[in-house]
Amino acid sequence: MKPPPFAYHAPTSVAAALELLAELGDDGKVLAGGQSLIPLLNMRLAAPAHLVDINRIDELVGIEVGDDAVTVGAGVRHAALERDEAAAQAAPLLRQALRLVAHPAIRNRGTVCGSIAHADPAGELTAVLALLGGTVRVARHGGDSHDIAAADFFVAPLESSLRPADLVTSVRFPRPPIGAGSAFVEFARRHGDYALCGIGATVALADDGSVATARVGAISIHPTPLVVDCGAALVGRPPDDERALTAAAELVDEASSPEPDLHATVLYRRQLTRVLTARAIAAAGAHARRRRRGTTHPTQEGIDG
Amino acid sequence: MAETLEQVTLRVNGTTRQLRVPARRLLSDALRHDLRLTGTHVGCEHGVCGCCTVLLDGDPVRSCLMFAVSAEGHELTTVEGLTPRDGDELHPIQRSFQECHGLQCGFCTPGFIMSIAGLLADNPDPDEDEIVEGISGNLCRCTGYRNIIRAVQRAAELLRAAESEAPGADDPSPHGAATTTSVSVPYAPSGADDHDATGDEGSAR
Ligand SMILES: Cc1cc2nc3c(=O)[nH]c(=O)nc-3n(C[C@H](O)[C@H](O)[C@H](O)COP(=O)(O)OP(=O)(O)OC[C@H]3O[C@@H](n4cnc5c(N)ncnc54)[C@H](O)[C@@H]3O)c2cc1C
Ligand code: FES
Ligand code: FES
Repeated sequence: MKPPPFAYHAPTSVAAALELLAELGDDGKVLAGGQSLIPLLNMRLAAPAHLVDINRIDELVGIEVGDDAVTVGAGVRHAALERDEAAAQAAPLLRQALRLVAHPAIRNRGTVCGSIAHADPAGELTAVLALLGGTVRVARHGGDSHDIAAADFFVAPLESSLRPADLVTSVRFPRPPIGAGSAFVEFARRHGDYALCGIGATVALADDGSVATARVGAISIHPTPLVVDCGAALVGRPPDDERALTAAAELVDEASSPEPDLHATVLYRRQLTRVLTARAIAAAGAHARRRRRGTTHPTQEGIDG
Repeated sequence: MAETLEQVTLRVNGTTRQLRVPARRLLSDALRHDLRLTGTHVGCEHGVCGCCTVLLDGDPVRSCLMFAVSAEGHELTTVEGLTPRDGDELHPIQRSFQECHGLQCGFCTPGFIMSIAGLLADNPDPDEDEIVEGISGNLCRCTGYRNIIRAVQRAAELLRAAESEAPGADDPSPHGAATTTSVSVPYAPSGADDHDATGDEGSAR
């Protein structure tokens, strides 16, 4: 189908966009990559009176790799962050997860901040932001920018704490500690589809090679991205200890509240949760070992894990 | 109520085209209906099937998930832009589809070809996993994909061979042949004729 009529605005500065959004209030909608919004318009599931296209705002295009975080501007496309070597070195989980977001042609248009703003509990990047303890920078006309922690940002499926007239200008992914490992694994019907269940994991190892911290961020099994600390099951154990992995998987399963749909029953999603949690943590542990030894190939970072 | 029309200038296959369309005109429809470039197909308009894939500044994108107004200032390449104008010579990717039986009904083919053009520009020698990843966003109801994968391997061979013969062989992209556009696609038509597609069509829908 075709999108319903709307008035189109293409501001070239953040200030102009904020002013427009303030004027339009409930009638305005931000258009970023359009890879979620345009399907909704085409299916007539949304009919905003005004679209504010932010693709012509150059100041929003920037990836900043700092000492403690990777900050991604609202103009940055999935493909650009996926290709960024410095970002992949600093926080390999970004590339590990981005490779699972849709298909290359969609990643060429979709934006990282758009994925977060869309707050789809099946979106890989929502779990990455929550797992890394990230924040969303929000600007609005006539006020100072403020940061919202991931835990407060995702409210319900497709619902964030953004208010009308708010613009996400960047998201900040804190770097995991040096030597920590990560992985993102998921199961989808077809490669590139939304996952029936997806698990991201970060594992840091103690000097003796045992687990110091282990955390999981999960998609598609909870109304919002679910973060579970698996330390209780794993601390002091090797990261590939079967018993400990089973216990960790139990923790994630208990914390989740999967819904049935056309594609999977609750039982099936629970089974996937347990299997993928064990796999993700084991893979993150192996990644941590390689990073400690310095044996990850720089350009392979985020590809093998 | 008459819908407001936007004046849009598009660069398509090396030529500049003017059109007046509503802001909601999808790029896929602008190409097909307003510019009569019907090589770009439309299957789902949800971003799922990949039939409508075109190159935007050299990168494959879904033309059904973009508005024509948003494409202003970018270089677009459609399947028509791969072959020389008025020529009957096929592009190496098209030739390899023919040789390897990479199509049956052909509905999906333009989208596959544009995705593959993007893939091979990025990675001139992809392994099978990379090929599968590169075409994962395109659906085909007929072929079962095996012959498409073979066609990509063959196209990569043909393009690498053409590359090593081409005068501009130091161009890092496999599409080394000179073009007038910044998009590195071989055999893109030269010349920048101005076609004016302004007309009733723009306001008809
Ligand atoms: C076939 C298909 C498969 C897909 N598979 C996946 C998948 O597996 N995993 C996945 O995560 N995603 C998937 N997606 C969605 C894709 O990743 C989207 O690109 C992404 O969710 C939204 O980013 P966008 O820039 O395209 O945002 P848009 O579509 O432009 O916007 C989405 C929403 O966010 C709001 N918004 C966007 N940017 C801002 C901002 N800066 N400030 C305030 N509000 C903003 C918009 O108003 C809108 O409500 C898929 C999409 C398609 C079509
Ligand atoms: S028509 Fe665009 S992806 Fe199907
Ligand atoms: S050849 Fe018929 S859909 Fe692919």
